[in-house]
Amino acid sequence: MPSVYIPALLRSATGGQELVKVPGATVREVVASLEREFPALVGRLVKDGRLLPNLAIGIDGEVSFLGLAEDVGPEQEVQFLTAIKGGRSEALS
Amino acid sequence: MSTTTYHLIGTRPPRHDGADKVTGRALYGADLKLAGTLHGAILRSPHAHARIVSIDTKAASQHPACRAVVTAEDFPETPDRIVDLGEGDTPLSYIRGNMLARRKTLYQGHAVAAVAATSPQAAAEIAALIQVVYEPLPCVLTAPAAMAKGAPLLHGDLRCTEFGQPTTEASNVADHFRQVMGDSEKGFAEADVIVEREFTTSTVHQGYIEPHTATALWNNDGRLLIWCSTQGSFVVRDTVACMLDLPVSRVRVTPMEIGGGFGGKVPVYVEPVAALLSKKSGQPVKITMTRREVLEGSGPTPGSFIRVKIGAKQDGTLVAAQAYLAYEAGAYPGAMVAPAATCVFAAYDIANQTIDGYDVVVNKPSTAPYRAPGATNAAFATETVLDEIAEKLKLDPLALRLKNASKEGTRRADGAKFRRIGCVEVLETMKAHPHYTAPLGEPSHAEAKRGRGVAVGFWMNAGLPSSCTLNVHADGSVGLIEGSTDIGGSRTSIAMMAAEVLGLQADDMRPSVVDTDTIGYTGVTGGSRTTFATGWAAYEAAQDVVKQMKERAAKLWKVDEVHFADGVFSAGEHRLSFKELAARVGEVGAPVVGRASINAKGPGGSFAGAIVDVEVDVETGKTSILRFTCVQDAGKAIHPSYVEGQMQGGSVQGIGWALNEEYFMSPEGRMMNASFLDYRMPTALDVPMIDTAIVEVPNPVHPYGVRGVGEANIVSPPAAIANAIHAATGCRMRHLPMNPPSVLAAIQQC
Repeated sequence: MPSVYIPALLRSATGGQELVKVPGATVREVVASLEREFPALVGRLVKDGRLLPNLAIGIDGEVSFLGLAEDVGPEQEVQFLTAIKGGRSEALS
Repeated sequence: MSTTTYHLIGTRPPRHDGADKVTGRALYGADLKLAGTLHGAILRSPHAHARIVSIDTKAASQHPACRAVVTAEDFPETPDRIVDLGEGDTPLSYIRGNMLARRKTLYQGHAVAAVAATSPQAAAEIAALIQVVYEPLPCVLTAPAAMAKGAPLLHGDLRCTEFGQPTTEASNVADHFRQVMGDSEKGFAEADVIVEREFTTSTVHQGYIEPHTATALWNNDGRLLIWCSTQGSFVVRDTVACMLDLPVSRVRVTPMEIGGGFGGKVPVYVEPVAALLSKKSGQPVKITMTRREVLEGSGPTPGSFIRVKIGAKQDGTLVAAQAYLAYEAGAYPGAMVAPAATCVFAAYDIANQTIDGYDVVVNKPSTAPYRAPGATNAAFATETVLDEIAEKLKLDPLALRLKNASKEGTRRADGAKFRRIGCVEVLETMKAHPHYTAPLGEPSHAEAKRGRGVAVGFWMNAGLPSSCTLNVHADGSVGLIEGSTDIGGSRTSIAMMAAEVLGLQADDMRPSVVDTDTIGYTGVTGGSRTTFATGWAAYEAAQDVVKQMKERAAKLWKVDEVHFADGVFSAGEHRLSFKELAARVGEVGAPVVGRASINAKGPGGSFAGAIVDVEVDVETGKTSILRFTCVQDAGKAIHPSYVEGQMQGGSVQGIGWALNEEYFMSPEGRMMNASFLDYRMPTALDVPMIDTAIVEVPNPVHPYGVRGVGEANIVSPPAAIANAIHAATGCRMRHLPMNPPSVLAAIQQC
């Protein structure tokens, strides 16, 4: 199963766990597993099927262009990194 | 370190575009002259912050030479949405608002309206006839001022996102994020030495020589054709399509040769405006910015306020680090503070870290990427604090860095864990370099003092999609079609990677950078990704060629299996070189066309360090660079001359950033030095020859081990120079630029 590195500010949702293992062959599946296991993460990573605009996906330390659609191997680690750019306007919130 | 041997990679063949470039035949954006071309001019805001009360275009429209006038009202009204147009997610409304202001202007130089006329002079005259009534508003010019309670708000609808959660607080802070690893307070409690300092850096511009320029033709068949100077033709295509609500298939963008970009030609400024003017006038329209427009109306890199605190044990082990990074985004959010957070402590394995980042809007031009965006400001702070720690602990500054250097497996505060990297190798190369122990020499006069400084920096680099097509010609040459704007010789580096596979020489390749209709999607020439990603696509396309050529040879020789090595196809007694087989391909099949389209992953990241000797005139505060050495991990240098060129270019830009360059702003938000006479960039007379040392720690995922080299080299120079000034004068520098008044003030205070 892939590992997920939980950002420090979200660790209250995982009972303080820094690294958790959840099933999934894509980042989207991994996030779904995370949300099932740790319901407090719902809406903190993905909203309306989209990664939150302030986040980017890292796989083994490298930013993924495909984001949620990226494949994840059983030995790989998923990270939620701070996205480049971002920002919100009222029209979008 | 790299040990593989190649027949072509690592050599220095002449660049394919060299003759055209040195004879003036290469065609840049402004060289394009379509029949009936009109000239565009843009009216810009004289105020840093103002409400637009009214725009009256009647007098302009009635001028006999006027062919079209456009304002923001001419853009189609489409719902706002998040788009990624080359450098991360951004709301479409921000991009549109920056192109032509609607309701408010947010910086002096903000585009308000545009005209097309029969000559550039007439266009300028007509633009001046547009009557805009402004209601000036108070402005804010620095991050701390914009974050203060009661500061004038740029965007009434901007709500701060706090730790990833939207808030209801109207603010100039678009985003506040925090990265935490370990327990910083516990770490600092264990430290024997703690240094905490504050730093400020001024807004600086990339300073590319060629201004932004674009020609647009809204053709009679409904297709929009654009020729422009850009780092990403597909970014221009997608941005124009978004702005004008067109399908991408209706827009074709041809990238012309480019006279520099350094990140500043990733954003789009004039292309959609030229397109609207062409649509209205029915003729091609060219817009070329003046230098003043480039400085006032395109994106510089953020000024910043930074606080860094680092704690160390007596033996030099770094135990805790904190950073507060408040970066000026300019008029719209997107200050590149996230990469700053990624890079601020990336060179070091520190168990306890807390990094706070603030993306702050101010009344300056909307910032754009600039060579390792965000990282140089951050390294200026970290690397000078580390120098102070080394001094306090009486440790050699490189030994302190080596003791704590990041390596494979080191986790950064953002959560990413390094794969194989070359931080240690770069530091070891710096330490062993003759420059590091060479005598400084005697000062040139009684008021001069000399010193040496070092610093190291990191940039993570990017992957992203790239495409490549190879056409095998009957004479054995190969046409290489790609979509990456060639800024630093990438045509040749990319061609060399394909030629290496095919057993050919660089001169056998015919590389072309083509328009968006002719090649598959290719990401920007940015993020130090072009040689890494498009070169990888060329490698894969060459593998496709080999596969097809083997099939042709098998048919020709009536055998089942064909081998290919060292440029020769063979099967039993049969042998044909690549060129010999290319001549006979037509006997047994269709022409050979190799293709590849990849989403390159694992760019690897690059570390670079600087050793610099300075002489400071303590009477005037002038700092002269005596000697400068840049050391960088290239993974594998495909064409060492181009790697060295990037290292030298980045170093010189870093020297300019360190010593001279700044947006000198009036309290009302007017840039007072909007020309290259007053915006002081280094020339060949200001810098010595930049010595280079290429380190090669191969990137394990790339077929040739390549890491991008375009950016990491600018990160360390300002910090290294600050440390050298301290070594010379005993004074710590905490503001960029370290120009003579700033150095003199520091000397008088310390």
